[in-house]
Order: sequence, then structure tokens, then C-alpha cells
Amino acid sequence: MNENLAALIPELALLGAAVIGLLAGSWLPRRRQWVVAVLATAACTAGLVATSITMATGREQTVFSNAFAVDTATNAGRLTVLGALLLVITMSVETVRGHKRETEYWVLLLLAGAGTLALLGANDLLMLFAAYLLASIPAYALVAFAKDDSGTEAALKYYLMGALLGTTMLAGIALFYGAGQSTLYRELRHALPEAPYGLVAVALVAVLAGLLFKAGAVPAHFWVPDVTDGAPAPVAAYVTTLPKIGALIAGYRLLHQALPDSDVNWPLLLAVLAAVTMTLGNLAAFFQTSVKRLLAYSTISQVGYLLMALAVATRTDLAQQSLLFYLAAYAATNLGAFAVVTALPTARHLDDYRCLARRHPGLAAVLVVCLLGLVGTPPTGVFLGKLEIFSAAVDGGYTWLAVLAVANTVASLFYYLRWLAPLFTSTEPAPAPAQAVPGRWAAATAYTAGILALGLGIAGGAVLPLGYGDLLP
Amino acid sequence: MLSDVTFLPLLVSVALMLLPGRFPERAYLWVWITTAAVDLALVIALWAGFDSQGGVQYEQRVRWIPGAGVSYHVGVDGLSLPLLALTCVLFLAVAVYSLRESSRVRPYVCLFLFLQTASLGLFVALDLILFFVFFDLSIVGMFFVIAGWGHGERARAAALKFFLYTFIGSLALLLGFIGLYLAADPHTFDIVDLTRTNPLAGHGVYASLVLLAIGVGLAVKTPAVPFHTWLPPAHTEAPAAGSAILAAVLLKMGTYGFVRIAMPLLPGSWRHYGLAIVIVGVVSVVYGALVALAQTDFKRMIAYTSVNHMGYIILAVGAAGALAGTDAQARSLAVTGAVTQMVSHGLITGALFLLAGVLYDRGQTYEIDAYSGLAAHAPRFAAATGVAAFASLGIPGFSGFIAEFQIFTGSLASQAVATGIAVTGILITAALFLRALRAMLLGAPRLPQSVHTTGFGDLKGREAVSSIALLALALVIGIAPRWLLDVIEPASRTVTGLVAR
Repeated sequence: MNENLAALIPELALLGAAVIGLLAGSWLPRRRQWVVAVLATAACTAGLVATSITMATGREQTVFSNAFAVDTATNAGRLTVLGALLLVITMSVETVRGHKRETEYWVLLLLAGAGTLALLGANDLLMLFAAYLLASIPAYALVAFAKDDSGTEAALKYYLMGALLGTTMLAGIALFYGAGQSTLYRELRHALPEAPYGLVAVALVAVLAGLLFKAGAVPAHFWVPDVTDGAPAPVAAYVTTLPKIGALIAGYRLLHQALPDSDVNWPLLLAVLAAVTMTLGNLAAFFQTSVKRLLAYSTISQVGYLLMALAVATRTDLAQQSLLFYLAAYAATNLGAFAVVTALPTARHLDDYRCLARRHPGLAAVLVVCLLGLVGTPPTGVFLGKLEIFSAAVDGGYTWLAVLAVANTVASLFYYLRWLAPLFTSTEPAPAPAQAVPGRWAAATAYTAGILALGLGIAGGAVLPLGYGDLLP
Repeated sequence: MLSDVTFLPLLVSVALMLLPGRFPERAYLWVWITTAAVDLALVIALWAGFDSQGGVQYEQRVRWIPGAGVSYHVGVDGLSLPLLALTCVLFLAVAVYSLRESSRVRPYVCLFLFLQTASLGLFVALDLILFFVFFDLSIVGMFFVIAGWGHGERARAAALKFFLYTFIGSLALLLGFIGLYLAADPHTFDIVDLTRTNPLAGHGVYASLVLLAIGVGLAVKTPAVPFHTWLPPAHTEAPAAGSAILAAVLLKMGTYGFVRIAMPLLPGSWRHYGLAIVIVGVVSVVYGALVALAQTDFKRMIAYTSVNHMGYIILAVGAAGALAGTDAQARSLAVTGAVTQMVSHGLITGALFLLAGVLYDRGQTYEIDAYSGLAAHAPRFAAATGVAAFASLGIPGFSGFIAEFQIFTGSLASQAVATGIAVTGILITAALFLRALRAMLLGAPRLPQSVHTTGFGDLKGREAVSSIALLALALVIGIAPRWLLDVIEPASRTVTGLVAR
């Protein structure tokens, strides 16, 4: 049995930094608590380096009785998650600097990040559930971090839905165990085709419920707008980006590894979920005037596009690379938009962005790149991601889904342009205090994310191949 | 070399944006004029070294996104070189015309430089995704031109409409491209490879759907009836320089796509649906002309004549498919006419829109009825407008006549009825231009209320240089077209050969 702990350096680095940070934070004076942030950054960097070494040396393996796989999907996901976590950390600096619970913030961020990493490689249903809990519980606390009314309400809603769907997921795992006498994907793969059809179908739906909750997809999306609107902006950026990466890669692995030969028609189920999610997210975003709610619905619609890759997981070779690349591009682009929102904390409505292009041309440029990126305008990263995912859908026999996604892309343009148009208006600019910038870190994060969002498209040739490679059973 | 030509404006644009400090506004405009002039000189150098029998030249191919079958592949042949030159001429003319622009000059100049790179890039692209990238970037650039420098609140609505329509078209185009990509083995977006292998030969319904997606995408941009409704508001609300670029360069992206992508990559379906394309072309010709006849707004009228002129191109390329297997010379003539018409329409309509801009500058309205007897106030303006109008309606001696003559001769061979109907378009255009000229230029002098105090100033230097240069070029092509046709003809023979496969 392979118990190589070195395969888990990224996860262990985040957990270790969380524990050390928690202890250190108890003794550090309030104005020195930034040390924990530095520690968190170091842990993410160490994880990135370890992942790069793993990828460069080809040390792919499954560890701990094959419960956790370190393979292409895990490594690509780790790079995205750790990079995104770094961006979230830097954009949070001004929001929590000098806060009396600053250390707790960083520690919760690290723990939730570790949970997300654990989701990526879960090759066993119980591992999947443990990762689900680790990724969720710190996030509930983060949402309520500000301890204000809207934050508390959002956290309660988030928690209740998470607990309900987590329990559903656990029930589904029990059913899977009943059907396949195992929780390991590699064993389920052989056992499920012989199991009763109804049992497998119900089990799958129940397990997917938990993953859809993490991803913020229909029908488990109700928390997304409230949490995004109620939580502090960096936390909103966090919950709309990282859990999606974990949940979608975990879902992809589950479908691809455990259910490829099952009779259950899950591709159609996922295709319908994708169609409903993207359409509903777009329609709901149409007339939002709060930028955070608009972004919240936009992230729901983006999950719809991402679910297309899950629907064709076993039908085309393009699915995996398109999913992994789209996730990376989406993370950079979405975080870029949220970083601008974080950098302009008093601008809460679309109207507050009037004339931003003249006052803060840099932030306006990032917003143009990121919002047009979310639409899928070339040459941004999301464009390439969409190109790949549409190709995968057509290749996998879901042309109707690709056509629907195209129609949705056009529809989404409407609300992104509603946000972009005020930036360039020359008449009646918004009052200056509405566009006050609190500090350099959030703005710097916005620039970095904007460059990444654009760079992933232009240098896609170098990044895309990282998504090649078989999953380990 | 091609990449230099393409990316020079973008580089200058980025440099202007990043340069700290404030220069006088005129400095930005002179940088723009210089850049446009250098770019034009480079294209002339390309033309001088171009071997018209040599197929695709100045090719460059670099791996870009090999995983997705995308490469940075550029090159020019007889179809794209004239359009490349047209783009550079137009941008130089617009730069000269904008010399007195005073509203937010730096972003204005940067935006037009960006648009120039997008347009040039599209015409040199030999990869579908590269083509698509520039196609979309041109939409983004033009959106900001219309929204930022158009006529007020209505401009923003028009810009949004323009963006939504052409973006829908571009996404249909993308679906079609994906269809081509998946059919090729190995999967690729390279136009040259796809042309050679013809992956959709014998794919029946699948090939038809791909042609439908690509055809709709290009028809929206062209624009062909019934996808033309975005065009009049976009043109009417855009600033003069924006309208000129939109009509002269951006519309050509659609028609160029037909000869560059739809015909050579989907020859079977193109032949099969040739008649349908001819019908769309004829409807565009007649309907565009009739609606233009009904306009009371000078700029809107010119906008609708674009629908009519683009219709001739669609008729010609459709006829080249419908004729396939019969007279090779006629088909080639039709395609040559189509490409010549792209160049000709760019020059003449560009000049017309610049002159319409002068009209608005003086009178603050485009209403034809508001003006009368302008020839007395502004003889040079009247002369230039008159010449441009006659050039546009296809009088011999100008490029439009050469183009339309070739189109009709080439199409008549098989599509006699359709061509016969289309010829009436010329008659209607003649009527509407003559009516507008008589109403505005002749008769008792009368001006809108707004100009009573200042009088109607005649063409100034920059306005005269930019618009008359375009007309002069149209005249040169009209009198001595050989140098242009020598470049286009071998390429159109190649295209018709590919369609006949």
C-alpha cells in the first residue's frame, strides 16, 4: 500500500500553515497578525512548487489504498486552486488588516482551501465526503465573518443548505455502498453495471446534490446570490470560485471513473442540468443593479457552461482538458472582476461605476477584460475555454447543448454590457467618494488577475497541454 | 512582414496609452496619421513584391495553441491583398479627416489604431480562430467608437444593438468553425489545411448545418436582408469617422468571409445552396435600394445603399456556386467582380460618409429637406458629393462600374432572371441619389435654422484631402483597373476552381 505523504505536500502545507497560524495568532499582537497572511502565502507557494515538481517529474500515483489520486486532474486543479487562493489572499489584505479576528480569517481561508484541494483528488466516496465537509464548514464561518445582519443571514442560509445537501450526499454514498459493496471508484466501476438501475440512479442524484451545492449549480444554487451579496467581497470571490473548482473536478472524476459503464443515463442528466443552470443564471442576472448580485448570477451561468464538460466526460477526449482549462480561465477572470469590486468597496451599484474609466483607467481596463472575458470574447482565456468546451459538447453528441450555450452567451452579453457602459459615460459621473480606492493590494490583485485572464488566452498553447493525461483509477 | 503591418497600429496604440504625461491633442493625431501612412507604405511595399500568380504569399506560421488545433497562420493572396490596401487607405483618410477632433482625443486615437489592427488581422488570417479573434475584436472596438463618440444617448442604444446583432452572428460563425474543426482529421482550424482536405465533402446534412451557421454569421456582418436591421441605427448614430470605417472596412469582413472561408471550405454545400444565396443577394439588392429610396435622412440613405451594394457581392458569389461545372470564365468573372466591388464600395462609401460628416458638422442634421441649394454656399462640397454619388450609383469611369459590370456579366450566364431583377437596383439607386442631390445641392439656397449666423462653410483642407483622395482612387480604378484586376483574377480562378471540386 502506497502511503507516500510527499504526494500530499500541497494539502499538508495548507493544513500545517493553518495550525501554526492559529497557534501563532494567539500570541501575536493585533498589528502583527499579518504574519499569518505571509505564512498562508508561503504555504500556497510551497504547494505550487511541489505541484510543479510532481508534474515535471511525472510522479503520478494513488495513495492510501487508492483513496486519493495524484494525477493530471489533481495537479491542474491544484495549480488553479492555489493560484486562486493567492489572489484571494492578496485581495483580502485591506479588508481584514487590523481586524480583531484577522488570524482567524487567514486560518479559515487556509482550511477551506485544504478542503478544496482534498476534493480534487478524491477517488473514494468517503474521502469525497470528508473533503466536502472540510471545504464547507470553514466557508460557512467566513461568510459570517463581518458579523453584520446580511452576513449572518447569508451564512445561515449557506449552512442550512450545505447541511441538508451534505446529508443527502451521505445518504447517496450509503446507497452506492449498498449497490456496489465498496466506496472506491475503481471497484464501483465494475460493480455498478450489475447493480439495480434505480438504486444507482438515486444514489448518483443524491451524491450529485452535494457537489452541485458546492458548485452553485441549479437546483442547489439558492445560496449563491445571498451569500455573494452578504459576505465581504473577498469572501464572495472565494465562495464563487474555489469550491466550484473542487466540486466540478470531483464530479468529473466520479462520473468518469466510477460510472463509465453504468446504464444510468447520467450524460443526459448533466446536460439538462447544464442547460437549466446557464439559462437560469443568465435570465436572473438580466436586471440586477447590485454588482455583487450580478456577479453571483453570472457565476451560476458559468457553472452551466462548465457542467457541459461533465455531461460529455466519457464521450470525448476533449472533455477533460476543456474542463481543466476553463476552470483556470474562469478562476482568473472571476477573481479579477471581484478584485475590482473589492478595490471599490463603496461602489455597490452599477450606477456607482459611471465614469470609472477616467478616474481609474487601470481598474476600468481590468473590468473590461474580465467582463468581456466572462462573455467569451477573444482573445481572453475564457474564450479559449468556451471554444474547447463547445467543441467537446459537439464532439460528444450534444450539439443542441452547444447551440443553447451560444444563445446563452449572447444573452449574457446584455447584462455584462449594462455594467460596462457606465464606465465610459462622459455625462453625469458618479460622486467621487463612491469610487474611493482603499489601497494598493486589491488593485494590484485586480491587475494581476486581469493579466492572467488575458494571458491564459494568448498563451493558451502552453497551458492547455497541462490538462492532458489519463486519470488514475 | 505581415505581422509588422498588422500589429504596428496596436503597438503604437499601446505605447500611446502607457505614455505618461499629457501631450497636446494634435500630437496624438499626428502620431496616428504617421502610423497610418507608414502602414500604408508597408502595404504598398508588400504589393510591389507580390507575385500575382504565386498564390498565398508572405506566409507565417507559428504554433499558438497546438492542443486546440489553432496556429498563428497569416498570409496574403489576391483576395486579401486589395482589402489590406483598402483598409490602410481608409484608416489614413479617416486619420486625416479627424485632424480637428477635440473630444477625448487619446482614447479616440488608440481605439482607431486598435480597430486598424483588428481589420488588418482579419484579412491576413489563415486560421479560423485567428479570423474569429479579429472578427470579435473589431466588434468590440466599433462598439466603443459608437457608444463613446456617437450622437448622445441614442448612440448607446445603437451601439448595444450593433454589438448584440453582430456578436450573435459571430457566435453562429464560431459554431460553424467548430463543426469544421471536428470534421477534419486530425482536428485543425487551419484554413489552408481545411481547404486542401475538404473534410465535409459528402457529409450531407452536417455540411449544410455548418454552412448555415457560417452563412448566417457572415450575413449578419455583411449585412444581407433580413439580418441588416442593426446597420441603419449604427451608421446614423456613429461619428463620421466611425461610419466610414464601419461601412468601408468592417462590412467587408462578412463578404470576405464568403470568398475566404465559406466557398473554398464548403464547396459541395455552396454549390447545392447557390440558388438560395443568389436569392438572398437579389432581395438585398432590391430591398436595400427601395428602403434607401424611402429615407429622408441623408446618412441613413447612404447606409441603406450599403445593403444594396453588398447584395451585388452576395449575388456574384452565389452565382459562382450555382454555375459550377459550366462556364469557368463566367464564374471567375463574378468572383473578381465581387472582390472589386468590396474595394470600390469601401472607397466610395467611405468618401460619402465623410462628406455626410461634413454636412452634420455644419448643419447639425442629416435631414435632406433641411438643406437646399448648397452648391451656391459650398461649391467644393457640392462637387465632391455629386461625384461621390455618381460614383456610388455606378457611372462608368469609376470603380463601381467596373465591379458591377463584372458581377452582372459573370452572373448573367446562368442566373438570367435574378441578374435581370438585380439590375433594377442600379436604376433605383440612380433615382435616389439624383433626388437627394437635386434637393440638397440645387434650387434656392436654404439652410437649417442652426447655421443662419455662421453660414455653410465649404470643405476645409483635411476634409477635402481625405474624401477627394478616396474618390480619386476610385477614379483611377475606374479608368485603369488592370493593376488591380491582375492581382484579383488569379485568386478568383483558384476560388472558383475550389468550389467546382
